[in-house]
Amino acid sequence: MTFELIVFYLFALIMVFSAARVITVSNPVYAAMFLVLTFFTAAGIWMLLEAEFLAITLVLVYVGAVMVLFLFVVMMLDVNVVPLREGFVRYLPVGILVGVVMFVEILFLITQRYFRAEHYPVPPRAGEEVSNTEMLGRLLYSDYLFQFEIAAIILLVAIVAAIALTMRRRPDTKYQSPGKQVQVTKAERLRVVSMESEKR
Amino acid sequence: MITLSHYLGLGAILFCLSVVGIFLNRKNVIILLMSIELMLLSVNMNFVAFSHFLGDGAGQIFVFFILTVAAAEAAIGLAILVVLFRNRATINVADLDELRG
Repeated sequence: MTFELIVFYLFALIMVFSAARVITVSNPVYAAMFLVLTFFTAAGIWMLLEAEFLAITLVLVYVGAVMVLFLFVVMMLDVNVVPLREGFVRYLPVGILVGVVMFVEILFLITQRYFRAEHYPVPPRAGEEVSNTEMLGRLLYSDYLFQFEIAAIILLVAIVAAIALTMRRRPDTKYQSPGKQVQVTKAERLRVVSMESEKR
Repeated sequence: MITLSHYLGLGAILFCLSVVGIFLNRKNVIILLMSIELMLLSVNMNFVAFSHFLGDGAGQIFVFFILTVAAAEAAIGLAILVVLFRNRATINVADLDELRG
């Protein structure tokens, strides 16, 4: 058993444990924390697969942004978790049954014939001079440039949609309207009153 | 040596765990969203593994785009969740039956 295999099994164990805790823990905050742990160990496993850029991206984007968003929402919503847990025990047998059946089916597929080690030999480790980031950048900005721009538009639409969904105008909030401010005329602000001058 | 089957098996375990999670937490939208994120992660694991074992960078590009779409999906899903909670004061799936005929 090589060192790499030990590291892989350690990471896989942590990952499966934390993923199992994500779906079984009752408090959504803990679930989000265990999801962070899952993503972090997934990044470690991607390091073993020499996908360094994606590993860092996973940590930065998922742990740094998406999970913080999850935590924000979980803490902002004052959720009573007790009614949300009902049906947990009731659906446990059928859930486990479906999961085990699906896993056995996938296991048949990936161990029987096509994905054996002789079809996919373990590639040698890339040397120091090979840069994963450079390879990804060259692919992304040449062959996949159009798809990259579509991804940019998807992100823009997501920003617009998220803001448009959550924005609301409260009727009791006072705010300035610059358009009306610059359109104002003298007559609306100043009233000239003619009156008798006072006697000394 | 770590073979391809190791990574595919790990991805399969993760995928099945997230399917079980959707079954177990069918009342809680937040955990449902987290299960979907786990599912996407397991698919990404397969993509990265195949990319490594085939020596082809296209798999990693796919993971890049899946990450983009997953981030957008999480942002919009959570925004919908916030609006839902603001209007109904609940995120229980069983209470969301306004469209029932």
